[in-house]
Amino acid sequence: MPTIEPEAVVGSRITNQSLSRWLHSLPGVDKVGLEARTASLGTRSIKTASKAWALDMAIKMMDLTTLEGADTKERVRSLCLKAITPDPTDLTTPQPAAICVYGDMVKHAKEALGKNKIHVAAVATAFPSGRASLPVKIADTKDAVNAGADEIDMVIDRGAFLSGNYLEVYKQILAVKAACVRKDGTRAHLKVILETGELETYDNIRRASYLAMLASPDFIKTSTGKVSINATLPITLLMLQAVKDWYDQTKIQIGVKPAGGIRTAKDAIKYLVVVKETAGEEWLTPKYFRFGASSLLNDVLMQRQKLTTGHYSGRDYVSVD
Amino acid sequence: MRLEVKKTYKLFIGGKFPRSESGRIYKVNNHKGEFLANVAKASRKDVRESVVVARSAQSGWAGATPYNRGQVLYRIAEMLEGRREQFVAEIRELTGKSEKQANQEVDSAIDSWVWHAGWTDKIDAVAGNMNPVAGPFFNISTNQPTGVVAAFAPQDSSLVGLVNTIAPAIVSGNSIIAITSETLPLSAVTLAEVLETSDLPGGVVNILTGNASELGSWLASHLDVNAIDLEGTSNAAELEMLAAENLKRVIRKGSYSRTGAKGSLQHILDLMETKTVWHPKGH
Repeated sequence: MPTIEPEAVVGSRITNQSLSRWLHSLPGVDKVGLEARTASLGTRSIKTASKAWALDMAIKMMDLTTLEGADTKERVRSLCLKAITPDPTDLTTPQPAAICVYGDMVKHAKEALGKNKIHVAAVATAFPSGRASLPVKIADTKDAVNAGADEIDMVIDRGAFLSGNYLEVYKQILAVKAACVRKDGTRAHLKVILETGELETYDNIRRASYLAMLASPDFIKTSTGKVSINATLPITLLMLQAVKDWYDQTKIQIGVKPAGGIRTAKDAIKYLVVVKETAGEEWLTPKYFRFGASSLLNDVLMQRQKLTTGHYSGRDYVSVD
Repeated sequence: MRLEVKKTYKLFIGGKFPRSESGRIYKVNNHKGEFLANVAKASRKDVRESVVVARSAQSGWAGATPYNRGQVLYRIAEMLEGRREQFVAEIRELTGKSEKQANQEVDSAIDSWVWHAGWTDKIDAVAGNMNPVAGPFFNISTNQPTGVVAAFAPQDSSLVGLVNTIAPAIVSGNSIIAITSETLPLSAVTLAEVLETSDLPGGVVNILTGNASELGSWLASHLDVNAIDLEGTSNAAELEMLAAENLKRVIRKGSYSRTGAKGSLQHILDLMETKTVWHPKGH
C-alpha cells in the first residue's frame, strides 16, 4: 500500500501554522453549484435490474448501527442476528458489512456474530462529543480493539478544529490510529468522524476532510448521528470529491461513510448515484463506501420484497427495529 | 373584463394537495358532455405514498379518545354545511340534478357525517361485550380498528357515496385511502378541502382521483393495507383474490347502501377486529 510523506503534501514541516496555510489554500466550495449538482443527480431514475443491484449493494455497504444509552447485550444480539439473516423469507439477501456499537458491546457482538464475516465496528474516543483528554480517548480505543473490534469509528475534536488548532486534531488522529494496532501487529480499520453538522460551512468540511486524510485513515465519515444535521447528499458529494482528488494526488484510496438520517431505499440509491458520478466505480464497494444506518435496512428489505414479489410489502413483514 | 381564476383539482395525500407524481391529468365533463375541469390522475406511486402516510397517521388517530374523534367528525359536518353552495353547484353541474335534488344529496351527506360522529364513543358499548365464561375470569371483548383501509367509492355518486365510504372507516380509528368516482370527482376534491380545515390529522383520510381499475390491484395486493372496500370497482372478484394474500378484510360490492343519511353499524364493525381479554377475578 502506498504511503505519503505528510511534510511533502503540506509543503513544509508539520506545524499548526503550516497546516493552517495548507488548509486555507484549498479552493473555496461553490455552495450553489454543489447543491444544484446533488439536486440534479438526485432526480436520476434507477429501474429494474439496476435497482435490484443498488438495493443489494446498499445492504452490503451498511454498517447496521445501534448507539443508544439504553443498549443491552440482548439488543445487540438481536441486531447481530438480523445482520446474519436480514430477511428470513429470502435467503439470497446479502449481509450488511458491519455492526456498529459502543465499545463495551463489542464482545457481545463478536459472540453473536460467531464465524460470520460481518465486521464489528466500535465508536470510540468519547463518542459522540469527543470531549475527553487524549489518554482517555486512547484507552477507549484500545479497549474496543482488545475486545475484538475490526473497525474503530473515532470523532475529531471539533472544538480544536473550529478554534484553528489543526495540529491538535491531526495529532489526535495519529495517536488513535496508533492505538488501533493490535498485539499481533495488524491494525483495526479507522474511520474518522468529522461531525459535519458542527463544522458550520462547506469550506470547513473540505478542510476537515483533507486534515483527516493527511493522517491516512481508512474512511472519513460525516456524522455521529447525534446532532440535528447529519449526513446530507451535498456534504457526501463534497467528501467524495476530496477522497477522489486525494487519490489522484497520492494514490491512496480512502473511503467515505455518510451516517445518520438515511432512512429510505430511495435516499440510499441517490447516494450510490452520487458515489458513481463523483468518485467513480472504484468506490462502489463496501471497502470504500458505507452507510451508517439503523432503520434503513428495513426499508431496503421492503423494496427488495416488492421487486421479487411484484406487490408492495409492509412493516409487518420485516423485523422490529 | 376580468380573467377567470380556474380551480386546479388535485389529490389529497397526508393533509396536502399534491399533483399526481406521474404529472397526469384527465378531463372531466359536465352532464351535457362539455369540458368542465382537468383533474389529477393518480398513479401507482401516489398509491404507494398514500399507504405510507396513512400507516403513519393511523396509530395517532386510533389513539385519540373516542370523544375527541367524535368532535373532529362533527366539526367536519359543520364545515360541510358552510360549503353547501359549492357542493350543490358542483353536483348540479356534473350530474344535471335539480337544485332540490342536489340539496337533498348534500343534506344526506351532512346528516350521515353527524350520524357517524355519534358512533365513535358508542361502538364498544353496543358491540363490545362482557362474555360469560365457566371459570373465575372476566372475559371482555372490545372492537379495535383494523388499520389502513383502501376503499373504492361508488362510481355513480359524487358526494354522499364518498361520505358513506369514508366515514364508516375513520369513525373507529382506521385511516383510509379513498379512490373517488372517476367521472364525478369534483365534490371529492372539495370534500378534501373541508377535511383539511377540520382538525383531522393529516394522512387519516387520503383521496385519490383517477381510474379504479388501474389502481385497484396495487391496493388489493399491498401487504400494508388491512381492509379493502370494493364498492366502486369493476373487477371485484380479481381484487378479492389479491386481497387474500394478507387476509385483508373485504367489503364486497353492494354490501351496504351508500346513498342515505344514515350508515350501518355493521359497516363500521366490518372494518374492525374483535379483541378478547381474559382477566382473573379475585379480591
